[in-house]
Amino acid sequence: MNPMSSSQNTTAAQAVAPAQLETFAPSSARRLLALGGIGLILVGMLLGDIFAVFVLHQNAARAGEGLSAAAHAAIAGDANAVVLSFQSVGSFLENRGTKVDTHVHMIGFGYLALMLAILEPWVALRDSTRKKVAWVFLFGAWLLPVGVFLIHYVGLTYSPFEAIGWASIFADFGGVLVILATVACLFGIARHFRQAERPQFEDVLLNDRGRPGRILLAGGLALVLLGFLHGAYYAAFDLYRHEALDYSLLSELSTAAGAQNATAVDDALGWSGQLAGEKAVNIAAHAHAIDFGLLAILLAFFQPYVSLRDSWKRNWAWVLLCGSLVLPVFVLLELKLGLLAGGIADVGGLLVILALLAMWIGIVRYTGEIDAVAPSAQRRSG
Amino acid sequence: MSAARRLLILGGIGLALLGMIYGGWYAVFAEHQELDGIGRSLTASFAAAAERNAAVRQSALERYRAQKYDYDRHVDVHGHWIGLAMLLIALGMALDRMNFGERWKMLLAAALVLGSFLFPLGVLLETLNHGSVPRALAIAGSALVIVSLAGMTLGCARAPASN
Repeated sequence: MNPMSSSQNTTAAQAVAPAQLETFAPSSARRLLALGGIGLILVGMLLGDIFAVFVLHQNAARAGEGLSAAAHAAIAGDANAVVLSFQSVGSFLENRGTKVDTHVHMIGFGYLALMLAILEPWVALRDSTRKKVAWVFLFGAWLLPVGVFLIHYVGLTYSPFEAIGWASIFADFGGVLVILATVACLFGIARHFRQAERPQFEDVLLNDRGRPGRILLAGGLALVLLGFLHGAYYAAFDLYRHEALDYSLLSELSTAAGAQNATAVDDALGWSGQLAGEKAVNIAAHAHAIDFGLLAILLAFFQPYVSLRDSWKRNWAWVLLCGSLVLPVFVLLELKLGLLAGGIADVGGLLVILALLAMWIGIVRYTGEIDAVAPSAQRRSG
Repeated sequence: MSAARRLLILGGIGLALLGMIYGGWYAVFAEHQELDGIGRSLTASFAAAAERNAAVRQSALERYRAQKYDYDRHVDVHGHWIGLAMLLIALGMALDRMNFGERWKMLLAAALVLGSFLFPLGVLLETLNHGSVPRALAIAGSALVIVSLAGMTLGCARAPASN
């Protein structure tokens, strides 16, 4: 038995009706979320590329220097210097962590925005409410990463709290806004499915069977599969070996420091740096293959609204997939080929960014030709 | 909405909620404590080395190993549950584009949902039990995910293109 009264049903049906008539109008919630989501992913990837080129390797060297300083302080028998060295490593890792978090959260929220955009026709809320929810989501999705980025620089300046600064407060507020907007969307979807006479419609985004979308979907799935296969291989053959090696190298390092054997300390530090590099490239390759695969799958849905010539849509789909494959493969090869592979991996990331930008421009160029034809075909009796 | 699509989308939303609730609990009650513990153990070990105290150095390093083992898995569980949840929802929406009958779609969807739940659960249980059962659960879950993803990739590649 449906718990909703008939008057509630009517209201909800009226609330969802405009979604079918203006699925991708210039200021529609779906378009806002799609453009805002791709924009977030674009900026997040750009930050990631800048971070990889200018910060990542330098940071890894500094972390190694901190561990080296602690070990040499132990050789000298200076326990206070050991503590100070680890404190500086901790502070530096916090700084690095906020940069990585900014990159990850922007891209993650971008994916979530694209998913919500796809689900928009099922969100049984008034058109104006859905637009407001989309704006709240996007505001929060920008506020959180910007706040996280600023945590290291703002610190506790003028903060009313002892441990949390203003940047953290604004970042948390951004997170709350994203959660509220997502909950509102889920409420709208639940409302849609509770309607006794819910309107049936054909969604252009879900029904498209064009070649660019198919390339992206199959390619995206293949990338996710590759990422999982690599992760399974790493877990089966390297993960436990790396964990054991991490412990034995640190044990060797501290034993050698205790025995005041500087040569053995430097030897263990070298191996420790190599192990950290090996772990980092494996995790990065696994995560990037799966993330790019998911991105390709999500973008496959939006191809009908990419207002570019069909051959260009196919080209950009291939560029995105090529970049998505090049980046994780060459990240893995960094251990063998060094900086050359790192440079090629960055070019792969740049290809993904270019393809994404082209699709974003294509969506901005869309002027409603599909929606102009679709309403009569979209509406069917409930 | 077909049963397989509903299973993937609802399974994805459920898994995302589970991952977020777990992540929220972890962030508030465990993460900082674990990170502090890892830093303290490492510092204590090297400080003991500076004081030429081998017994304290070794025991601090043992603590570091145990805390790092748990921390890595706790973070992995959160990331994998939410990542797999997003994948389930996206594939639920793409399911109609795969060239399979409803029975095969249902089978692949069920395998993917089950694997996506079991694989991180196995990893989480590794922090409580270092025996082979949690590891077997994680392997079985990841195998289900890989096989069902391979099937879906095949289904997408087989689908005829049209405008």
